[in-house]
Formats: sequence, C-alpha cells, structure tokens
Amino acid sequence: MGKWIERQRNIIDFTLSSLLRKKGKNISLLCVYTLVVLMLASVMFFVHSIKKEASMILKDAPEMVVQRMIAGRHELIPLAYMDKIKNIRGVQSVNKRLWGYYYDPVVGANYTLMVPDHSDVPAGNIMIGRGISRVRLAFPGDTLEFRSHDGKIITLEVKKTLSPESELVSSDLVLISEDDFNRLFGRNRDSVTDLTLHVKNPRELSTIALKISEILPDTRIILRDEILRTYDAVFNWRGGMMIVILLGALLAFIIFACDKASGLSQEERKEIGILKAIGWETSDVILMKFWEGMIVSLSSFLLGILLAYAHVFFTSSMLFEPVLKGWAVLYPQFKVVPFVDASQVVSLFFLTVVPYTVATIIPSWRAATVDPDSVMR
Amino acid sequence: MRKSNFFLIGLAICTILLLLMFVHAFFKREAEAKFIQEKSEMVRMLGLTDLCLFTEASYTRHLSQADLHTPFQDSPMSFEHFPSGSIAAPPPSLRKINGKMD
Amino acid sequence: MISVIELLNTRKVFNMGKPNEFVAIEGVTLSIEFNRVTVIRGPSGSGKTTLLSLIGCMVRPTSGRITLADREITSLPERFLTEIRQKTFGFIFQQFNLIKGVTALENAMLPAYPSGERHASLKKRALHLFDLFNISQKAASRVEWLSGGEAQRVTIVRALINNPSVIIADEPTAHLDTKLSQEFMEIVARMKAEQKTVLIASHDPIVYESPITDRVINVRDGRIDGSVR
Repeated sequence: MGKWIERQRNIIDFTLSSLLRKKGKNISLLCVYTLVVLMLASVMFFVHSIKKEASMILKDAPEMVVQRMIAGRHELIPLAYMDKIKNIRGVQSVNKRLWGYYYDPVVGANYTLMVPDHSDVPAGNIMIGRGISRVRLAFPGDTLEFRSHDGKIITLEVKKTLSPESELVSSDLVLISEDDFNRLFGRNRDSVTDLTLHVKNPRELSTIALKISEILPDTRIILRDEILRTYDAVFNWRGGMMIVILLGALLAFIIFACDKASGLSQEERKEIGILKAIGWETSDVILMKFWEGMIVSLSSFLLGILLAYAHVFFTSSMLFEPVLKGWAVLYPQFKVVPFVDASQVVSLFFLTVVPYTVATIIPSWRAATVDPDSVMR
Repeated sequence: MRKSNFFLIGLAICTILLLLMFVHAFFKREAEAKFIQEKSEMVRMLGLTDLCLFTEASYTRHLSQADLHTPFQDSPMSFEHFPSGSIAAPPPSLRKINGKMD
Repeated sequence: MISVIELLNTRKVFNMGKPNEFVAIEGVTLSIEFNRVTVIRGPSGSGKTTLLSLIGCMVRPTSGRITLADREITSLPERFLTEIRQKTFGFIFQQFNLIKGVTALENAMLPAYPSGERHASLKKRALHLFDLFNISQKAASRVEWLSGGEAQRVTIVRALINNPSVIIADEPTAHLDTKLSQEFMEIVARMKAEQKTVLIASHDPIVYESPITDRVINVRDGRIDGSVR
C-alpha cells in the first residue's frame, strides 16, 4: 500500500513538472475550466435553492384563485360571483382579493398594490416593501404621491416598511387601505380583482373547479398546485438563458477534450519513448496521463464549486444580477438559502472530470505501447 | 516543498472546504428557517401567489396568474420583450393542451 | 570468463512483409562477458544499435534466442521484459534523450519513479551520484542549460540510478571532445571496478583503442566480423 502511494506521488511529481513546463498555457486552461465550472455550478446552486425555497414559501398560497376573463383578458370579477361560488358543495370559504399594479413614473418602477384582508391599514397610510423603500428612499414617516385614475394626486404616508427578510415576496408591495385603493383606481364597489377559495377536502379541488367553470363560464381557475409547479419550472433548462449557459459549458468541455484528444505532438511521442526506454512500463505512462487529466480537471472542479458556493450564497449571485434584474428598476435584495443537492454536485464532478481525463489518456494509449527501441534511433 | 505534496495538500484543503460547505449549508438552513416561515406566513395572510422576482411587467411579476394573452396585449404579433422571458418560461399549466382553462 | 548475456543465431528484420523490409542483424551468435568492457565497433548502418537494443531487451529478435544469466528472455511477456530491463540494464543513449524543461536531478531520478521507492532515499542516492561525477551544482538546473559533457554525466547518473549490473552505451562520445571522451572512459573504468558489465557501441578510437576496453567485436552488414581482445 505504501509503495502504491509512493508510486502515485512520484508520478504526480513528474506530471506536475511536465505541466509546469508550459506554465502559461496550463494555468490559463485551469482558469478557464474553473470559470466554466463556476458558471455551471452557480446556476445549479441558485436554481435549486430558489425552487426549494419557493415551494416552501408558497405552500400556503391560496388553494384556488378564480379570475374573470373578458375578451381573453383578466378583468375585475363581480362580487356577485362570490355568492354563487359559496353555495357550491365542498367550498369552505370564499375571499375577495383586491390588488393591482401601479407604475411610478418618478423612478420607472412597477409596484404591486394590495388591500390586505386581515390586517387593516389605516386610511391615508401605506406599508411598503423594502424594494420600494430603496428605490424611492422612502422610510416610515415619509410620504409618497400617487396619481389616481382621474388625474388627482393622492398623498399617502409610509407607516411601516415590511421586513427585509420577506423581500422575496414583499419587495414591491404597497399595502393600502380599501378606501385609498378605491380612490386611486376608481374601483366600483361591486367588483374585485379576483377571488380565492378554501375547500374542505383538497381532493375535491378539481371537481369544484369544474363546477365553477360550468356555473361561471367566463372565469379561469388557478390551483395552488399550478402555482407551485410554475415555480418548479422557473429557470427551466429549456428557458433561453439556461440553454445558452449549458451549451456554452458543453462547448467549452468539448473544446478542452478535443484539444487533448487531437493526439500527441512529435515531441510528446518522443518523450513517452524516452520514458519507456529508461524503464517505464505502458501502465506507468498511462498512469501519468491519467494524473495529467486529473490534476487539471479535479482542481478546476473543486475550485469552481467552492467559488460557485461563495458566489451564490455569500455574494447573492452578483454575476447573475444583470441577467436576473433585466429591465426592472425594482429588484429584491435577498440572500438565497443554501439548499444543496449532493447528487447534483456528484453529477457535475463526473461531467467535469471524466471526459477530460479520458480525452487525455486515450490518444496517449498508442504512444504508450510503443517499442522503446525506436528511441535508440 | 515537493511538488506532489503541494498538490496533494491543496487537494486535501479543497476537499475539507467542500465538506465544510455542506456543513455551512446545513447550519444556514437552520438559521434561515424562521425567515422562510415568516415569508410563508405573509403568503398565507395576504393570499399571495407569486415571488417578487421580476418586476418588469405584470405577467413577469405574477408568473402564475398571467394568462396566455397578457404578453401579447400590445399586438398579436408582438414578441416577448422583457429579458426575464428568456429566463422564465410560461407556467406549465398554460402550456398544456387540455388545460383546465380550456 | 562468465558470460552474462548470450545471443544464439539471432536475426532481426524490420518492417517485415512491407516494401521497406530490411535485415538489420543476421545469424549473430555472441557472448557478452561479465564485468568486462566490450565494445561493438562498426560503421553506421552496420547493425550496432540493433544489437544493443536486442541485448538490452528493448526489442525482440525475429528469430534466434537470447539468454540473460542462463535464463531465456526471448519469449518473456512484456511486463517481465520491462522489469528485467529496469533492474538489469542502464542505458546511455547517443542523443542523451533527456526530458527537456525538467531539472537534471529529476531526469536522473525518473527511471526509479514507477517503482514506488521513497522519494527521500532516491533523491539522496541521485545527489550522491551527482557528487561522484562532479555535477552537484547543476542538479537543480534545467537540462537545456547544461553543456554537452554535463548533460552526458546526467545521463550516466540516470543509467546508474537503479544500480543495474549492465551498462549499455550507444556512441557515448559522439558529441564530446577528446578530453571529455577520455574522461568518459575513466568513468567506465570506475564502473568496471564496481563489478558492472559495460557494453559500448562506438566507432571512436578513443573508445575501442582504450586500455580499459577488454574486447572489441566488429560488426559489418549485420554480421559479426571477428573479435579482438
């Protein structure tokens, strides 16, 4: 066993000497490879964590949302529909939701305005999410001006800013009283934005949904299950950006492997011949090539993964920020909670290390089996 | 120092860091659990349906609530014009042929 | 005279069956004696290098037998052949054949790397040999920076690193001046004093006319053309 370890160490010694001869080339190779792993692993960590967190946060989302559609668009739903739904067997309660969007021309950001059902916001006051607070530099005690549907200015005082830890769901929220909401949007009292349902037996959901679509054919149902699946599918690998990253990484791997697999130069062949001539066996040469591939790919993998973890969970994916932010003015500041899937890490390991190492060994196989005699000439 | 020692020690350090990474993740999750709880409470209280990730447009902000037509409300021919569209695809429920809204 | 290596009616043909087929060695029967310095002399193309290759287990004969210390090695599998080559022989090549970009010390230690020998003892032995040949100060230098004589001494250390019993040298003085050639023969004398068997292929008179040389075998057109003691 000791001999085996010493043998590996000796061969690693020589392999490193050999790699260090082309210091510039090999260090840049290492850097680029690490970067590729960094990108891939960052995407992997970020997407997995967000999906996990979304499923945990949204598990108590409304069981069913009923929207009204007119000419294919989501329109306000008459309160009268509530009574019709309430009478359906299996429905425990129906609630109205009052919410909408407000475009703030001062900063060019979109806010989501909401009238909370349970906690009352005093008239003339609003509670705002941290994102709004940041973008408008508005803090408790400050006032914000809103332009109503009929051109009037409505001034509302910030009573409180919602907690920073809740930014992922509340960053752009403005919690407003029903009166102010009505004044702002000119809402007439017999319509609301949509309705949410609570059912006695979750297994009845689709039956109830079907019934609602029969009674109220101009409605559209969204189930909690669909909400959860939406976030499970977000950042799906088939989405444009993801494909670009994945293809880019794949291309990089292929280029590296091809560079290695393109065969040995005359000089490399000669050197293998020399090693054979001084007593190295074919298996020793193969072992050396194995370590040559491993040293680069293993180092890249480890460095890439560690950097990716730091990137996603300590710097909040700062490299992805421009992409995620897009054209939005308001962007939530949130620290992703580290949900790491070990099987993903293992898969990435195999993807990073195996093809490259194999690509390093295979072309050398031929040269390694050469008769040392050729070196004498 | 012998070259292979340098490499092997580096390897060992990285492997230890990798293990620590998992340990850190575990403890961070425990620490953040209450904040996740807070968010889920807020979702329940306010009846929220979406994460606030993309505030560019209504259908990017409320991914699960958007219908098929919202992105095209400018014109039937208008293409996807927000960058988030290249990250988040339409919700799967919309892409089903025999969806519940048909 | 104890013979350590014997060739019996060996024949070596290269590129058999192809248009460029040629016979390098034909019907060679030869005994190399233990602890003697034997020189194989002949013009280039006479088959000297092939003979060295055959003797040093680098290549198998097309026909005939080769025995090493009474043990037949002609049909041994590659693994055993390599093991024997590693343990028994040390080679000094005509073109030095040192690995470029790597230090002299590492070049010298290379033959022993796969055996799993502890690095510390290997290094000590190598440095001791470097000292013996007065090139200690060049141990950490890259081989490209060495002079011809220094490079050759590195190849000698490399050949001796596994303490082999037979040293095979192919035209060792080809790139050396007279003084260094004579120094080389003195090194050969030292090896002989340490109970080693030395086999040199050379057409340099400094080598075959040296008093240290015990026997000269003439080779011409792949055949033995007589030998002189």
